[in-house]
Amino acid sequence: MSEEQRPVEDWTSDFDIFDPEYVKNPGPVWNEMRSKCPIAHTERWGGAWMATKYDDLRELVRMVPELSSRSPAVVPVPPQMREELIAEVKMYGSENPPITADPPEHKPYKQLILPFFTPSAVEGYRQFTEDLAHDLIDRIIDNGEGDAAEDYAQQIPPLVIAQMLGIDPGRGAEFTEWTRGVLEIGQTDPEARRKYRTIIRDFFAELIVQRRAEPTDDMISRLIAAEVEGEKLSDHTISGICFLLLVAGIDTTWSSIGSSLWHFAGHAEDRRRLAAEPDLFPTAIEEMLRFYAPVMMARKVTQHVEMGDKVLCPGDKMILSFPAGNRDPDVFDRPDEVVLDRERNRHVAFGLGIHRCAGSNLARMEMDVALRVWFERIPEFELSDPGAVTWAGGQVRGPRSIPVCFPVG
Amino acid sequence: MRIRVIEENCQGHNRCKAIAPDLFDLDEIGNASAANDGVVPPGQEEMARLAVENCPEFAIEIIEE
Repeated sequence: MSEEQRPVEDWTSDFDIFDPEYVKNPGPVWNEMRSKCPIAHTERWGGAWMATKYDDLRELVRMVPELSSRSPAVVPVPPQMREELIAEVKMYGSENPPITADPPEHKPYKQLILPFFTPSAVEGYRQFTEDLAHDLIDRIIDNGEGDAAEDYAQQIPPLVIAQMLGIDPGRGAEFTEWTRGVLEIGQTDPEARRKYRTIIRDFFAELIVQRRAEPTDDMISRLIAAEVEGEKLSDHTISGICFLLLVAGIDTTWSSIGSSLWHFAGHAEDRRRLAAEPDLFPTAIEEMLRFYAPVMMARKVTQHVEMGDKVLCPGDKMILSFPAGNRDPDVFDRPDEVVLDRERNRHVAFGLGIHRCAGSNLARMEMDVALRVWFERIPEFELSDPGAVTWAGGQVRGPRSIPVCFPVG
Repeated sequence: MRIRVIEENCQGHNRCKAIAPDLFDLDEIGNASAANDGVVPPGQEEMARLAVENCPEFAIEIIEE
């Protein structure tokens, strides 16, 4: 049995973010960590700390430059890629700004992309998203069954992001494959990760050449025209930003939509309540984001830091478990219950501090449309095979497949 | 009632504007400031309180009840 396959003996000192039972139901483990550590440790997957308390997360995100974002991946990059990445960073600066950038490099990149993601900017994509959602439902509605993840939740974000990036919508299925390759399969399969990362980079390199020759009004054309600190961006940086926007906006959002549909498919009382009271959608969506928050981020420790009785050393990885913070009883009343009309919900599903998810308004719009359209067309539905639902874990947690059945006609 | 946004703490989560659209203005990158100089119209005090309690950055303060 390999080191990584050995069962966990002590979650406070030997946690395994890929343990299948943990991935399926992480809440109890987080509760154990919060009351015992609360910053857990492990030697698995290259070694890491993991913060689980809301207040610790607030403190950690402020610790800049002691904690660097240069390596936000929760699972370390394989050795052969590490050399490549180090060389690239030396030559071009941060690999995927702004997520991989620290101050002072961070701010101009963040401010460059934020205007594309303001609430009013993302409203411009609502109609497209609605038409898409209805189209996807049209394809399954007469079947009485479908997969709420594969046929629906996973189909929406790739096409919306493609639309924003100005990419041919016909290639949506390809982006889905590439993103899954990098983020899902690629988490534990270094060759897949490298392969798909290269495919995506090459794809954007070609697109940038096309847009330089014939600019349009799309995001890539605007990145080409943009300047940071008085200088145009290199192709390498533009490609890195596009890679980030592609990868950041796809499996994260499909995980939120999928988790929500999984929840409602398996909880009849909540499902019927939301179907009867559509005014609850805004608070229900925030509660889905809190309870099923899909994303964790990591930081690289660059200086000795004391957190309670723990000492973080340079080179250590610190995993920021925002999902765990969202269940902290010191902040949230009845934290392990889904409360559809929860009014006080300062959840951190989109992170905290300067790296707050730039796409949060887009994610919320997609969730809002995806759930409203589903409930409008298929208000009564349930899990047809609960045992068939498996959860992807690691950096992004969400259901891979959600077989559901529903009345026809 | 008067509120203010601690602008250096605002990270653009947009919870405030979503909950109490009349009480906040957003700039071109989505960061918030208090509308109407922070003066909360009568009847909107509860919305203002909800905005305060839903900001993950704790960036909104009630400066006058």
